[in-house]
Amino acid sequence: MSLEQAVEAPQKTAAEAAEVAEDWRPKILAFTCNWCTYAGADLAGLNRMNYPADVRLLRLPCSGRVNPQFVLHAFQKGCDGVLVCGCHPGDCHYSTGNYFTRRRMLLYRRYLEYLGIEPERFQIRWISGSEAGKFRDTVVDACEAVAKLGPNTKYREEGR
Amino acid sequence: MSRIGVFLCHCGTNIAATVDMTRLAEATKELPGVVYVEENKYMCSEPGQQAVKQSIIDRGIDRIVIASCSPRMHELTFRKMLTDTSVNPYMLEIANIREQCSWVHKDKEAGTKKAIDLVRMAVAKVDRNAPLFTSEIPITKRALVIGGGIAGIQAALDIADAGFPVTLVEKEPSIGGKMVMLDKTFPTMDCSACICAPKMNDVGAHPNIEIMSLSEVEEVTGYVGNFTVTIRQKAKYIDYDLCTGCGLCEQKCPSKVTSEYERGLAKRKAVYKPFAQAVPSKPIIDAKNCRKFTEDRCGVCEKLCTVNAIRFDDEDKLVTLEYGAVIIATGYELIDWTSLYGEYGAGAYPDVIDGLTFERIINASGPTEGHIVRPSDGKEPKTVVMIKCVGSRDPHKGKAYCSRACCMYGAKHAHQFLDKIADGECYVFYMDVRAMGKGYDEFYMNTLQDGATYIRGRVAKIYPEGDKYICIGEDTISSKIVTVSADLVVLDTAMEPQESADAIGRLFGVSRDLDGWLTEAHPKLRPVETNTAGVYLAGTAQGPKDIPDCVAQASAAAAKVIGMFCLKALESNPMISVVDEINCRGCGDCVDVCPYKAIAMETVERRENSVWVTRDIAVINSGLCQGCGACTASCKSSALDLLGFTNEQILQEVDALCL
Ligand SMILES: Cc1cc2nc3c(=O)[nH]c(=O)nc-3n(C[C@H](O)[C@H](O)[C@H](O)COP(=O)(O)OP(=O)(O)OC[C@H]3O[C@@H](n4cnc5c(N)ncnc54)[C@H](O)[C@@H]3O)c2cc1C
Repeated sequence: MSLEQAVEAPQKTAAEAAEVAEDWRPKILAFTCNWCTYAGADLAGLNRMNYPADVRLLRLPCSGRVNPQFVLHAFQKGCDGVLVCGCHPGDCHYSTGNYFTRRRMLLYRRYLEYLGIEPERFQIRWISGSEAGKFRDTVVDACEAVAKLGPNTKYREEGR
Repeated sequence: MSRIGVFLCHCGTNIAATVDMTRLAEATKELPGVVYVEENKYMCSEPGQQAVKQSIIDRGIDRIVIASCSPRMHELTFRKMLTDTSVNPYMLEIANIREQCSWVHKDKEAGTKKAIDLVRMAVAKVDRNAPLFTSEIPITKRALVIGGGIAGIQAALDIADAGFPVTLVEKEPSIGGKMVMLDKTFPTMDCSACICAPKMNDVGAHPNIEIMSLSEVEEVTGYVGNFTVTIRQKAKYIDYDLCTGCGLCEQKCPSKVTSEYERGLAKRKAVYKPFAQAVPSKPIIDAKNCRKFTEDRCGVCEKLCTVNAIRFDDEDKLVTLEYGAVIIATGYELIDWTSLYGEYGAGAYPDVIDGLTFERIINASGPTEGHIVRPSDGKEPKTVVMIKCVGSRDPHKGKAYCSRACCMYGAKHAHQFLDKIADGECYVFYMDVRAMGKGYDEFYMNTLQDGATYIRGRVAKIYPEGDKYICIGEDTISSKIVTVSADLVVLDTAMEPQESADAIGRLFGVSRDLDGWLTEAHPKLRPVETNTAGVYLAGTAQGPKDIPDCVAQASAAAAKVIGMFCLKALESNPMISVVDEINCRGCGDCVDVCPYKAIAMETVERRENSVWVTRDIAVINSGLCQGCGACTASCKSSALDLLGFTNEQILQEVDALCL
């Protein structure tokens, strides 16, 4: 579905959205770069840190690989929150990739907000390979924020 | 239809303790394309790998998912394992159910659900994997070293000694760099020429090294293993094949010019060798100052030269050669303090000099034969003030960084001065003393023993009074204003990158940091590599450092080059970007975002809809592409994709997660 089609697509009614199951947990997808954030997440594991199981990581070489369309696609298919995480600006494994991510995604975040997706549902975070704690905190915060908002209904395809 | 085998690793109890493996296996069996699911206690172990290989044969599996620890741990292990099977090593995905699941989720129910999701995502992705093939990139086993300072010299010698040919390109008439200008070197105080000149001679005489002096790199194409480099050899006006270096021309040349090597303290001729131990040990003609060129007169050298080596009609030559690897060792310059420090006289006071000029003054083979005298009147100075951090650690005026060699050469200069002038007084204004090398602090302590007075603080102003220079500064330990009436002032000025670093960086796609130093690929773990594969850094081109560090880094860079040259061929990374030529509309956005200069626009003529059209399309250089994928996200027409992480694969994963 293209963006134009998505904007036209029928939205779930408030009543439908209100029927949230007791045991509902948010579904959050995190696009992470291989070199920093994915490594930071591995380190959180190595340190046996504990965090909610609602986030799934999708490993990419660089956060610069994330096409904004992937993000929309995730919301369309049923994700309640999306994270894009990479190396800190200036530390990109590929020197400049995350500079593009930063510009592109911050702009995109405002666009999604304009389209009605709460900004808490789409976050951009820089987490280095040593910042296991920051990774855990990011996951905890994201889960909490998205759980508070409830399931995403905007642009969600029917039946999802 | 793919035939996917999924192998679930228990990792002892590391995974099995918090993930219900039986449920995971049951759920996995239901996934589309999965023909076989197997569990093992340790999949990475030898028996574990054997079991996987056997199942591939027995079950006719054509791609696999391993659910285990992080791919950062064992992706390579399993890829290697696949090379012994019929399955392509890239038909593999790893579901990270240890670091990102069993180790972080105590709740078995939630952990098991997540593990199922992760496996489902991996299965969905591997379904769209395509076999990828590394190709062999041949290596031209010749190295290019740019810059003939001590770093370039060391690197060239190491590579040449290992048996590989080296071209050493130096922009000046002789190699040697700054080190050959120094008198003695800290902390051992051995004479710089005595340790540098023999190395220069070794370079000059080495059968594997070709020196291209008075030359600069002009153009670079290609990639690791196969750079094509065009070098401009500037006209020397002397035929080096004939010249014997007898020096008669230089003796008889009537034109006298200020010597750069002697920092303006002496004259040289228009046909000259910059210094006695120069390598190559042959002169050049400085056309700007030669009367033959400026006035069309003289020509004495031509008349006297017994071997007819003078060539007034010589021209710049461009040579193009192939190289497998490049080491950039272009060194440093001293900051132009005169434009920054009006309070120190902005260069108007002849006896306020920088450290390199002082090196020439105390040098036994220098213009004063090592007698310490003032440039203005030739008198012996009794009181010397040395000021450290001029331009260093001073973000308001100069650079924020520390230049690293100055604390030590400041101590060296104080020691040398007090050694030569028994009744001399030496005041050193400093911010801190950083003497962290081997034997360095001891050296500094000895200088204090020698009687040098260290005052913590910067000098705020210098002004002349009679034939003295009044230096006013604050002693920040006693909080008192200190005034010293000095005969000579030496400024330990900041190192800054060579002017040409910018151009060199651009030619080779090596970025520069905020201060202009060429940047290494990783500040800790890849200190001599750059982001351009096959291009390495050595010496002060990468940042301020002293000679021991330059030499160490040069040998490290050389080791990297030798290591590469010992390979039969390079293996290319197959996970790179590809262009869909039909969809590429030739906007060139991808060219701008590529950090490796791996994309170029090419004009092609092609038949489309039964007509011939000429248009621009992006072309990826597979040797340069490192597979970051930045171009793919910048492509408005989705004509670029990244192998191994294709749009389709990623969207499949997203879909699988959302099921
Ligand atoms: C006053 C003073 C005293 C010092 N005393 C000591 C000491 O006692 N002990 C010590 O360990 N260190 C000392 N140092 C530091 C020392 O000078 C440096 O660490 C060392 O010389 C750096 O060597 P290099 O090869 O990196 O650079 P350089 O010596 O600067 O050599 C770089 C070379 O590259 C050439 N080049 C530049 N650009 C190009 C180009 N585009 N193409 C081709 N060639 C190019 C240059 O002409 C030069 O020959 C001192 C420094 C100063 C300023």
